Amino acid sequence: MALALQTFSTVKEANAALTVAGTRYLGGGTLVVRAANEGDVSVSILIRSTEPSLSAITVSGDKVRIGASVTMAAIACHPDLSSLAHAARAVGGPAIRNMATVGGNLFAPAPYGDFTVALLALDTTVSTKDGEVPIETFVAKRESNHAIVTAVGFTLPVDGGFRFLKVSRVKPTGVAVLSIAAVLEQAPDGTVSSARIALGCMADRPMRATAAEKALLGRKLTSDGIEPALAVARDGTSPITDPIASAWYRNEVLPVHLGRLLLA
Amino acid sequence: MAKVPVQFTLNGAEKAEFIDSGTTLLHALRDKIGDTSPKGGCHQGTCGGCSVIIDGELRLSCLTLAETCNGAAITTASGLSEGGVLHPLQRAFLDAFATQCGFCTPGMIMAATVLLDHTPNPSRDEVVEALSGNICRCTGYEPIIQAVLTAARSNSQNAA
Ligand SMILES: Cc1cc2nc3c(=O)[nH]c(=O)nc-3n(C[C@H](O)[C@H](O)[C@H](O)COP(=O)(O)OP(=O)(O)OC[C@H]3O[C@@H](n4cnc5c(N)ncnc54)[C@H](O)[C@@H]3O)c2cc1C
Ligand code: FES
Ligand code: FES
Repeated sequence: MALALQTFSTVKEANAALTVAGTRYLGGGTLVVRAANEGDVSVSILIRSTEPSLSAITVSGDKVRIGASVTMAAIACHPDLSSLAHAARAVGGPAIRNMATVGGNLFAPAPYGDFTVALLALDTTVSTKDGEVPIETFVAKRESNHAIVTAVGFTLPVDGGFRFLKVSRVKPTGVAVLSIAAVLEQAPDGTVSSARIALGCMADRPMRATAAEKALLGRKLTSDGIEPALAVARDGTSPITDPIASAWYRNEVLPVHLGRLLLA
Repeated sequence: MAKVPVQFTLNGAEKAEFIDSGTTLLHALRDKIGDTSPKGGCHQGTCGGCSVIIDGELRLSCLTLAETCNGAAITTASGLSEGGVLHPLQRAFLDAFATQCGFCTPGMIMAATVLLDHTPNPSRDEVVEALSGNICRCTGYEPIIQAVLTAARSNSQNAA
C-alpha cells in the first residue's frame, strides 16, 4: 500500500490526525520511511507537524529543553550542549545525524537508541500533550503512546559529570555492540554520592543498571572501588542477539566496558 | 491516489512536479525529474549511494519524502560540473582511480562536497568521518580518501 503524508502547522492538529487508524508520526524518517521501503504496510499515512517549538533547543542555566524534531547533528554542534556532543555523534553517519531526531530515537528498537541511553542517564522528562513523564516510564510503555512527543527536558550535569561510551565493531559509524551512559556525582572525598547508569542493547530498549548504581554509592572510582558494581552490572539484563553480537557476548563484555567508562 | 505538487530548486534550476504523496525524493529525482545521479543501493539508509545536499546539509534521498523538500535547494552530483568542466572533486576522483564501478561515486562526492564546504583543509580522520555513511564495494576506500584530500589541496592552491 502506498504511503501518504499529511503536514500540520500545529502539534494539536497533528495529534488529532493521529487518532485515525493506519497513521504514524514522521520524525526524521530514518526508521519509519525505511520500514515503508522494506514493505511495512502497517502504516498508510504519515503525519508530521512543522510547529517551530519542535525544532528549538533552549538552555537556561543548567536546564535544557530539546524539541522532539531537533536532529542529532543540531545537538552535536550546539555550543551549550558540548558535553553531550559525543552521544549525539554516536548515532549513525553524517547524513543520518542530519535527519535522525530526538523524538524518533525514543522509539528506536535495540541496537538503536544510543541517544536515549544518554537521556535515560540524564533523568530526562518526556513531554506530550498529556504532560511530562519520566523517561523510564515513557520508554517502558512507548508502544502504547499515541501522542506526539514535543520535547525532552533535563538538568545538565556538572562539568565531567556525564560519561558516554558506545562500543561498535566498525569505526567510526558502526551499530552498537552496546552503549553505556552514566551521570555520577562525587563527594569531596571522591566517593560516589549519586549514580545513574543506563545501558543500550542490553534489553530490547534502553534500561537502567540499578544494581550497579546502588553498588557504586559510597565507593571510590578505583579498580577496587568499582568491583562490586561490575559484579552486578548484568543484573536484569536481557540483551538482544543480532548480526553484531550475541546476547551471551554482550553480557560477557558489559562489565569490561562499564569498568572502562567508570575509570576513564 | 491524489497527486501532490512539489517545487524546489535542483542544482539551481526551478523544478515543479506532481507526484504521488509519500514518494521518496530518490524516486522523484530519478523517475520523475530524470536526474539519475543519486543511486538507490539499499533504500535503507545504509549505503549512502542516494546522498544529496538539501539546503546545505547531507541527506539520504531514499529516506526523505519529496513533499518535505518544498521550497528547498537541492544539489546532486550531476550539478557539480560547470560548462563541461569537472568540479575539482570529480577531477580528483578520476585522477586517483577513486571510482571503479562508479555506483558509490555520486554519493561519495556529495558527502565530500559538504565536508569541503565546511572544512576546506580536512585531516584524514575528518575525511574518513565524513564518508563514514557511504559504502564502496570496489576501491577499498583509500583512493577515495586520497582523492578528497587532493581536491582539498588543489582548492586551497587555487584560492591562494
Ligand atoms: C543506516 C542507519 C544507521 C543508524 N544508526 C543508528 C545509531 O548508530 N544509533 C541510533 O541510536 N540509531 C541509529 N539509527 C536509527 C535511527 O536513525 C535513530 O534512532 C533516529 O534517532 C530515529 O529518529 P527519526 O526521527 O529518524 O525517527 P522516525 O523514523 O521518523 O520515527 C521512528 C518512530 O518514532 C516515532 N516518532 C518519531 N518522532 C516522534 C514524536 N515526536 N512523537 C511521537 N512519535 C515519534 C515514529 O512514529 C516512528 O514510529 C540508524 C538508522 C539507519 C537507517
Ligand atoms: S539507497 Fe539511500 S542509503 Fe542506500
Ligand atoms: S566504485 Fe564501485 S562501489 Fe565504489
